Amino acid sequence: MSTTQAVTAGAVHRSLQGKRIDLVGYVFSGLLLASLLFTLAILAVLVGDQFQRGLPVLVERGTDMLTSSLSSRPDRAGVLQGLVGTAMLAVMVSVIAFPIGILTAIYLEEYAPANRLTRAIDVNIRNLAGVPSVVYGLLGLAVFVALFQAIGVGNGRNILSGGLTLAVLILPLVIITSAEAIRAVPNSIREAGYGIGASRWQVVRKLVLPSAVPGILTGTVLALSRALGETAPLILAGAVLGSFSTAGGIGNLFGGPYTALPIIVFDWARKPQDEFRALTSAAIIVLLAVTLIANAFAIFLRNRYDRKW
Amino acid sequence: MVTDQPSDAIEPPPQHSGDLMQPTTTAPDTVDSTEAAIPPATQVIHVATSARSATDGATAPADEAPIIELRDVSFFYGAFRAVKNISIKVPTHQITAIIGPSGSGKSTLLRTMNRMNDLIPGTRVEGSVVYQGEDLYAAYVDPVEVRRHIGMVFQKPNPFPKSIYDNVAFGPRLNGFKGDLDALVERSLQRAALWNEVKDKLKQSGLSLSGGQQQRLCIARAIATSPDVILMDEPCSALDPRATLQIEELMAQIKEQYTIVIVTHNMQQAARASDKTVFLNMADDGAGYVVEQSDTITIFTNPADRLTEDYVSGRFG
Repeated sequence: MSTTQAVTAGAVHRSLQGKRIDLVGYVFSGLLLASLLFTLAILAVLVGDQFQRGLPVLVERGTDMLTSSLSSRPDRAGVLQGLVGTAMLAVMVSVIAFPIGILTAIYLEEYAPANRLTRAIDVNIRNLAGVPSVVYGLLGLAVFVALFQAIGVGNGRNILSGGLTLAVLILPLVIITSAEAIRAVPNSIREAGYGIGASRWQVVRKLVLPSAVPGILTGTVLALSRALGETAPLILAGAVLGSFSTAGGIGNLFGGPYTALPIIVFDWARKPQDEFRALTSAAIIVLLAVTLIANAFAIFLRNRYDRKW
Repeated sequence: MVTDQPSDAIEPPPQHSGDLMQPTTTAPDTVDSTEAAIPPATQVIHVATSARSATDGATAPADEAPIIELRDVSFFYGAFRAVKNISIKVPTHQITAIIGPSGSGKSTLLRTMNRMNDLIPGTRVEGSVVYQGEDLYAAYVDPVEVRRHIGMVFQKPNPFPKSIYDNVAFGPRLNGFKGDLDALVERSLQRAALWNEVKDKLKQSGLSLSGGQQQRLCIARAIATSPDVILMDEPCSALDPRATLQIEELMAQIKEQYTIVIVTHNMQQAARASDKTVFLNMADDGAGYVVEQSDTITIFTNPADRLTEDYVSGRFG
């Protein structure tokens, strides 16, 4: 090599120069950026449009909009019932879907034998996550509404039916995301635990779950956000369009007619008066805010948990 | 397999007659015709212990009963036999190295000794692994308890994503340790030759340490549960030479209290750090078998088997 050094110096110099233009590379990175900008632009247009229409109403009405009941008069209509209904649905979904979903995921990942049946169950849970939400609404109508009607909780079209329907709706999502978070815990951690004489329960409880919690939280709250935005299943499971809703009236909290923020958006969007367009946008902003608060809460919890490590 | 032992409902080990109990020779695979090329019964187990150099003759009496003895052990992943007819003895308070080429079943064999292989579905053990007179695969044995007596250190350092203190305290806490946990953590870290490096940062994450420190933390973690035996599965393969040397020195120190079995790819390491060496090879059917086991010095200077000589001199593997 050294003998030819002087001769090849010029060639090396030339070969080190990047003289070709990597056209495909430029086009590809441009495509990536364009895709990102497209997504952002759509989001900006949607959010901007809603804020432009809804924000003036919110500013003008202030908290009055949040504390007023539904009304056919646009200047007095508020989203109180929807806010209360959505909050109650969020609690019910969390209380029902999160434990069942997370426990199912733990079973599937840590306890179930790795056989054909387990794989079949796994695949079918994934399929369930893809079932349209309106189908879950029909399920809610056929099962939960009928059940509560039979045992005499109002006419069955109450927030219990709605909450259960939404819980069942997001259950597959909770299971899938939790299972993935558990699967992401490196096997070396489990081995280390077993290697010093931990039982399976101790390995799961003290090693696997703490490592998986951030991922589980992220997944479950995304699922919750989805549940809170659902409209179709709630309509089928008995949510009420309009001011008959009594959720928020303490007397008949669980048994009476109820509504939720997306239902109100759906209802107001169909009303002929122009004033309701602005109100619809205002309700959408409130719904977005509720979802963002739920997400922020999850991020807060996750960060708090992360710090313990 | 037919069994007449009601207590061995899950994995009935074959009944052993008295001749197999004698601590002198392994059971060579004379039945298997593929093994014809290998001279049978050339190997002697640890009868040679008394002839050991004076250095550790004091710590390990020659005729002390082995703490772990494998009798005719075969291990199966499904239908595949990974190791076959392994009979070895692990003498108390000594370091036993398991060497052999890739695929000869070293790690598999090691993991039969504390039932870590139980965690892999579809596996099966034949023969018996006797620990202080008890068959570890008997039906009444709880594998979790086995691993509290026979701890393990893994190839890749795998501290928990917890503080250094909590890593070491993890095992004792599992067992409901009631004494002075701080003292136990300090003692364990001292034995693992890590205390001086971490005593001011016990609250920091175990993952913040260097690779060699992490591995010594894992050793401290294993020590903290006071096992009798520590199994080490290539504990230095992810470490640099200096960290490797530290681990080897550490092993030499702690063998006063513990018995160590180490799987290693590194023949120099086996030669430097172990008292006994077991050489495994892979047979034509893919199963690992014991070629020779003896004092380390014998294996490396005067092996009985040609295969051993070729392997330790680097001619194959």
